[in-house]
Amino acid sequence: MARVIVVTSGKGGVGKTTTSAAIAMGLAKRGHKTAVIDFDVGLRNLDLIMGCERRVVYDFVNVINEEATLNQALIRDKNCNLLYILPASQTRDKDALSQEGVGRVLDELKKDFKYIVCDSPAGIEKGAHLAMYFADDAFVVTNPEVSSVRDSDRMLGILSSKSRRAEQNEEPINEFLLLTRYSPERVKLGEMLSVDDVQDILSLHLLGVIPESKSVLNASNSGTPVILDEKSDAGQAYADIVARYLGEERPHRFIDDKKGFFRNLFGGK
Amino acid sequence: MSQDSKKKSNLINALEFKTSTFSVPVLMLASDDMGLLEQLLAQKIKQAPEFFKNSPLVLDLQEINKQGFIVDIIALVDLIRKAGLILVGVRAGNVLQNKQSLDLGVPVYAAQGRESIVESQRLTKFQVETPPTIESDKPQEIKVTVPTTLITHPIRSGQRIYAAGDIVIMAQVSAGAEIIAEGNIHVYSTLRGRALAGVLGDIDARIFCFDLQAELISIAGNYKVSEDLGASVRNKPVQIYLKDKSLIIKDIVLHH
Ligand SMILES: Nc1ncnc2c1ncn2[C@@H]1O[C@H](COP(=O)(O)OP(=O)(O)OP(=O)(O)O)[C@@H](O)[C@H]1O
Ligand SMILES: [Mg+2]
Repeated sequence: MARVIVVTSGKGGVGKTTTSAAIAMGLAKRGHKTAVIDFDVGLRNLDLIMGCERRVVYDFVNVINEEATLNQALIRDKNCNLLYILPASQTRDKDALSQEGVGRVLDELKKDFKYIVCDSPAGIEKGAHLAMYFADDAFVVTNPEVSSVRDSDRMLGILSSKSRRAEQNEEPINEFLLLTRYSPERVKLGEMLSVDDVQDILSLHLLGVIPESKSVLNASNSGTPVILDEKSDAGQAYADIVARYLGEERPHRFIDDKKGFFRNLFGGK
Repeated sequence: MSQDSKKKSNLINALEFKTSTFSVPVLMLASDDMGLLEQLLAQKIKQAPEFFKNSPLVLDLQEINKQGFIVDIIALVDLIRKAGLILVGVRAGNVLQNKQSLDLGVPVYAAQGRESIVESQRLTKFQVETPPTIESDKPQEIKVTVPTTLITHPIRSGQRIYAAGDIVIMAQVSAGAEIIAEGNIHVYSTLRGRALAGVLGDIDARIFCFDLQAELISIAGNYKVSEDLGASVRNKPVQIYLKDKSLIIKDIVLHH
């Protein structure tokens, strides 16, 4: 059975697109045919991170409007032939997406792909709503700071009440926490929330922690998902996450310090 | 297609249930003065008689109940119907108001809110116990039992839950979430959001939680915000109740 994964957050700029590109590549590298869809209509940048921006002919909106077939719009990745990208339109706005249209495209993709990764736009408006609506699994990308955690919590509420699974009273979406841009030094200084603090607030299954890393910027500049940089800390963190998602046990890495912001603030328990 | 089979397929299609969304004017009331309401309603209708003629209408009781006004639903429904409006629902009523509405054939809707999860079926499923002997000159006393609402998943920021009776929550209540109950509130985890018990004025309602970090707590309209909660009551199991109009916060576990 195909699975639809939404990479979502509520708050902008926390690392959704970076994560979507990395895990889609990771799943494909592990032998699963995977498609990654850019739901950020009007602000597309998944194609940049994937390094396929110069091969875009048709996009997601064209497919929804039946101006192109899926096969015409899907771009095969240059590094992995099991990975395909469905880019967003640069010239339309979010109203070009319809629930019925998105459902149709996902149903068609499900026939051929094992995993369909949906890169959600920021916010809780229409684009983000459509990206999560049909999901089976949700990767909630969160930065270790209060406003990001709060927005993730809000998004979790939406996942559990506004998704198709919720509306049709099916098994709820599997929700996973991805803590990104984590810096143990800054946690130690009390400038960031710790893993424990975040888990205490969200009470969510932690799929992994991705450290703040220069390799992410290098990867996006060269148009290759950071997971392909196997020597980098962020690349390894994403590889762990893909392995855990596929059911393997891997010890958590890149979490140095456990003493946290809240505990400092309230003088410990 | 033969005549016969055409007829058959017509028969199959003769009835179908669909859901549709309509927009219907909602009448919000903030007074219990029937004379005044009648007068104001007539004035409004006069401004746009064509619009209001036979218009469907939903009656919203949220404000009235919030302010603790007592209104006679039967008289109110009568007043609306006499004004030429067709009442298609009552919203945010309490248990008694809902029962009266249903008796008059008016459907009942739960209070509205952002992503509110409202136990609407429960509202209509209450049992009414009438005492076996009723003295005719006394006003008839109706005892109403509302089942407890049980929630086993976390209540996230932006979610709002309304319970017509008691509510028991087995998971955390996030900051930015809101729990509103006509009865007691029990949270067997961390309470970070807002909790409003006894919202229709029940001063005996209580709030119980395993870990108090609430943004706001309120019983029958008497509230405290986060800032008012001292370190001595935070981050531990407490119960909250009303005594002489002030909120008392006490450890659940009594130390002797
Ligand atoms: N682990 C990391 N270490 C360092 N920089 C990172 C990391 N993850 C993401 N970034 C940087 O953060 C910025 C935002 O990342 P990204 O575009 O993936 O976020 P997004 O959530 O998709 O944003 P938007 O909400 O705008 O779609 C980028 O400049 C990216 O390079
Ligand atoms: Mg993005």
